[in-house]
Amino acid sequence: MKISFPRMGNSFIAFKMLINSLGHEAIVPPAPSERTLSLGVRYAPEFACIPFKILLGTYLEAIELGTEMIITSGGVGPCRAGYYGVLHQMILNDLGHKVKIMVIEPPLRDIFGFIRNVKTLIKPTRIGWRTFWHHLKTAWEKLVALDDIERISHQVRPYEVNRGETTKVYERVLQMLDEARNIQEITEARVEGERLLRQIPCDYNRPTLKVGIIGEIYVVIEPFANHDLQVTLESMGVETQRAIYLSGYTRDCFVFDSEHDVKKAAAPYLNELIGGHGINSVGETVLYARHGFDGVVQLAPFACIPEIVAKSILPKVSHDLGIPVLTLFIDEQTGKAGIQTRLEAFVDLLWQRRQMMEVRPAI
Amino acid sequence: MPQKIGIPRTLGYYAYYPLWKTFFEELGLEVITSSPTSKTILDAGVKEAVNDACIPIKILHGHVIDLKGKVDYIFLPRLVSVRKFGTETFCPKFLGLPDMVRAAIADLPEIIDTRVDLAKGRFELFRLCCKLGERFGASLPRVIRAYWRALMVYRQYQRLLRERYTPVEAIEILDGRQPESQDSPKESLVFAVVGYPYAIYDNFLNVNLLKRLRGLGVRILTAEMIPTRLLIREAKKLPKNLFWHFSNRAVQAAWYFLYRERVDGIVHVTAFGCGPDAMVDRMIELEAKNNGHRPFLSLTIDEHTGEAGIQTRVEAFVDMLKLRRGVL
Ligand code: SF4
Ligand code: SF4
Repeated sequence: MKISFPRMGNSFIAFKMLINSLGHEAIVPPAPSERTLSLGVRYAPEFACIPFKILLGTYLEAIELGTEMIITSGGVGPCRAGYYGVLHQMILNDLGHKVKIMVIEPPLRDIFGFIRNVKTLIKPTRIGWRTFWHHLKTAWEKLVALDDIERISHQVRPYEVNRGETTKVYERVLQMLDEARNIQEITEARVEGERLLRQIPCDYNRPTLKVGIIGEIYVVIEPFANHDLQVTLESMGVETQRAIYLSGYTRDCFVFDSEHDVKKAAAPYLNELIGGHGINSVGETVLYARHGFDGVVQLAPFACIPEIVAKSILPKVSHDLGIPVLTLFIDEQTGKAGIQTRLEAFVDLLWQRRQMMEVRPAI
Repeated sequence: MPQKIGIPRTLGYYAYYPLWKTFFEELGLEVITSSPTSKTILDAGVKEAVNDACIPIKILHGHVIDLKGKVDYIFLPRLVSVRKFGTETFCPKFLGLPDMVRAAIADLPEIIDTRVDLAKGRFELFRLCCKLGERFGASLPRVIRAYWRALMVYRQYQRLLRERYTPVEAIEILDGRQPESQDSPKESLVFAVVGYPYAIYDNFLNVNLLKRLRGLGVRILTAEMIPTRLLIREAKKLPKNLFWHFSNRAVQAAWYFLYRERVDGIVHVTAFGCGPDAMVDRMIELEAKNNGHRPFLSLTIDEHTGEAGIQTRVEAFVDMLKLRRGVL
């Protein structure tokens, strides 16, 4: 069967391998583009959040490539993402497409549904559960490796001597990971990739700012949605840090090590799980402030519910702890130039603050 | 002089006001509601609330400001879940409501932000009432009596709703007033109006939608008029339940009216800037079109909704249906 899936950052490299190894044909949706977005905007409800629209566009493009089934994750919310699949299916049907969206819920929530879904996947290709498990583990390793490599690229880029070099090397490493077939090869590619990235000539004496990135998972992870925010900042010589990666929240993040810490930090301001990454945005801001970061950028889709709640609370955090927060709400009208200008202004402001603090004698 | 507790006339108000009012009065508090939504309230809310918020949340801020200075406490429970052992919760803005309000409005009286999470167990509501009673220094017997009285009134309220009074009318009846007679004699059409109670029943926000419809000879059915049990049964047909209580009710009601009642049309009232509604609205639209085969009208209300705009759209919709039914 021709199977496709949502595209989010580089994760497609791992999902592609998984689907192919289960004996199906993976259709990798094209990287989101203006066309994807406009397709999504045309058929999605006007006020749907932008991830919903980009994903709808992605599915439509995948369908053009012959996709018969789309696998996506469910989620227990309490945010809209958990319901994307159902509405996407209704809209695609309404447009006359026969494609089926399989929503895989976290096994802990609905173990029978999970088993049923996996069965429909592996039965036609006669793959046993053990083999399935093995392939799943391999794909997971790859996902982890992809995230590790990305994280290293963010550490190196702000300091690179020749602007643009990190990105070039990074692309090559992705290629290597894409070609790795089993756990051993994945590990080798990862180690080699790390070596290549660390070898890039860097100037660690260069003064840099440190900025934390918080917000909604899709726009944080998918560069098309955030107009390449992280790379843009890094090319301005700003070191960025984020806690949200697909393979795991806060995994190996050196600022804070568990979601628990984040919630504890948020508690004085917001002591309730509100869905999405709302509480995390508040807690992470507190922690970034405590760790001496210069500023925080909040990235969220326009009208994103949990992030609006977070946004309404952040001014208080920012005021109490003295950390500037830039909120970027993204919708289909947001342009790269606009983001660039706002980032430049923000970075200028952070430099000024830094200077003022250095000039003022420590008391 | 008794202490005063303020209840904003929006969001949870239409669903639970009689319950809380009775309870607090039995505890010896004076209950004050904010004034009905008005231009002043709306403007105040728009000014104080975070500018990306949906219109009902902005209006809530306005109601809180209206209460400020008039009361000793403001009751703003954090609604987390209201069904025993259920899995549904509330829109994130409800979950973070007390925190949002505190961060946005300065010099507030004390906010009573009791966490209402009835999914946790059978006696949650009682436990929570005890905590509230303790907070206001009431003895246990008094709390128990207040709890029972509140439940009784709440049941009565539910009965009135099932007799097809709107919440606003039912609250008037409970207060011993006579509501205006509701249905016009020359009715010819039946509409289901679905959406959040705080959008459907707030006459200012929706520019008197219900009255307008009745004026055009339409009988109105809403989710509140149908026993919850029946709505939930209908929801079994859905591929997956939504996560949020009020959104669920809107979708379930739409399904119920599509398949269990002979309604001529479905009107969905959605609030501008509402996240969940973006999905709810399209779901109802597609279901009404592809499976229920029923005409559908979506009305989005925002701070600029004008009389004229709503009237024209509603009239056009009603005329189309009358033509179709041949009653014009
Ligand atoms: S968290 Fe934001 S972007 Fe994600 S589903 Fe919810 S509203 Fe949409
Ligand atoms: S459900 Fe919609 S209208 Fe209600 S608070 Fe949430 S976003 Fe606002």
